[in-house]
Amino acid sequence: MGTIVTLVVNGLAQGALIFLMASGLSIILGMMGVINFAHGTLFLWGGYMYVWSYYAIRLRVVMAWFETAVPVTRFGNILTIQGVQLPPGETLPFLAELVIFIAALLVAVGFVFVMGLVFEKLFINRVYGRVPAQILITLGIQVVFTDIVRVIWGPNPFPIDRPPFLNGVSVVGTARIVHYNVFLILVGLVIAVIIHRILTKSRIGMVIRAGLQSPDHVRAIGINIKRYFTIVFAAGAALAGLGGALYMPLVGNVVSTAGMNNQILAFIVVVVGGLGSFMGSFLGSIFLGLMGVGIAMTVPGLSVVANVLIMALVLMFRPNGLFGLAVSRAD
Amino acid sequence: MQPLLKAENIVSYIGPYTILHDVSLEVTPGEAVVILGRNGAGKTTFLKTIMGLVHTRSGILEFDGETLVDKETHVIQRKGIGYVPEDYGIFDLLTVEENMRIAMWKEDAETKARCDWVLDLFPDLKLAYKRFAKTLSGGQRQMLSVGRALVNDNRILLVDEPSKGLAPVIIQTLAGALKEISRTTTVLLVEQNFAMACAVGQRFYIINEGKTVESGTMADLIQNKELQAVHLGI
Repeated sequence: MGTIVTLVVNGLAQGALIFLMASGLSIILGMMGVINFAHGTLFLWGGYMYVWSYYAIRLRVVMAWFETAVPVTRFGNILTIQGVQLPPGETLPFLAELVIFIAALLVAVGFVFVMGLVFEKLFINRVYGRVPAQILITLGIQVVFTDIVRVIWGPNPFPIDRPPFLNGVSVVGTARIVHYNVFLILVGLVIAVIIHRILTKSRIGMVIRAGLQSPDHVRAIGINIKRYFTIVFAAGAALAGLGGALYMPLVGNVVSTAGMNNQILAFIVVVVGGLGSFMGSFLGSIFLGLMGVGIAMTVPGLSVVANVLIMALVLMFRPNGLFGLAVSRAD
Repeated sequence: MQPLLKAENIVSYIGPYTILHDVSLEVTPGEAVVILGRNGAGKTTFLKTIMGLVHTRSGILEFDGETLVDKETHVIQRKGIGYVPEDYGIFDLLTVEENMRIAMWKEDAETKARCDWVLDLFPDLKLAYKRFAKTLSGGQRQMLSVGRALVNDNRILLVDEPSKGLAPVIIQTLAGALKEISRTTTVLLVEQNFAMACAVGQRFYIINEGKTVESGTMADLIQNKELQAVHLGI
């Protein structure tokens, strides 16, 4: 029983991370008709920006707090990432650690939001309704901006600790509950509720839901849908950035291949959940997260095969996904 | 009187195909003008061309003296051109209320009053106000489509085949509503249902194979059986 509880918590945490990436991807694909292969690079930049800003802010706070603190290992090329050694037996107060963590997340999410704005304005804007061009241009962005990460921070992985206040394990009966996983589940739920509220209660949500069905008809009632496309793309990018920022402390290091690996999972969720379906992304992510940890424990060698198999079955029997819409494309 | 809407020798295309070869018409303020023609003549494409949903290759297309050519659809609509598309353009994932609200330029007292007037005009919509649009019948969807185009202070209403696929009793209701609307708003109606065209229109244009071939008053057309037979198959 304890093992099952542990696995469920781990699976839900994985699902929460996949959801952050897949929800934006699904709405971008459903509303704008854009197949965004650059989504993984936005995830990656979120991760690197989080790690870089976390280290940078923490270094300054620790150096200001403890005169005897010593800077330690240095990673990266153009923007370096530098750890700091606290004096023996000393720790930063909880509030300081919390502020550092939140500030680093905000830097990462804000930066990737701006990246999303720039990508949409410079590249995506020009290829609405032209799927082959979208695939080529977003794949190009993926390759170039992943390489830029390698140029700025180097090709090698480097470690990132979880914030001390989230870095624990509680034993409940025979179940081992990792605090960071519980945190990820809560973040996923909060983000899901916020997105749901925006989609159902705000004007922008109305436009997004209408645009998922027919961008042309939205234009024909006097709405400049291109402006909403930009906002949606940037918001989707920010969600991917948040996913990347939260993913790196989970796995304990930051590496430049993380974007592409997670992007594949997000695409599988979009296919399984259905294009443009928020609920589909949510449930599909949870399903994939739970299935992933279950298979990793029982038949580790089949985890990738299982994901692809699920996607193939859904495509065969429910091409619009389990919760999908009939989608029209922006042009 | 200066025309509110003026099209002169319009040529427009979809992808590589030229659909309109030479369409010309004028609508003056306060008129109810009907565009008639057989299936595939280019009537719907002409309305889409006005709305900027289909690209104009050449010709003059003006609204109140300003060109509409190369303008974006939302800009054209905001000039005061309400559009009721052939497939209704209803958003299934929105409720009836949301379908009305999303189209409002502003949510002021004047707009709310117009919205109330629409709900009085189409009582069915009032009953279904909180329901998702995907649950509406064909007739209710058409009423919502027309009603939505009326919530703003539009100067002209373009209506594309509102009778298509609807039961005769619903067509009668819609014809009455459009007649009522045409008392206060200029209307350009594309219609194949001759009875409805006669009920609403004062003047007509006939489009055939992407060209304007005939025009005149509805009274003349009603008398001219030969013209009806040649171009409308009646």
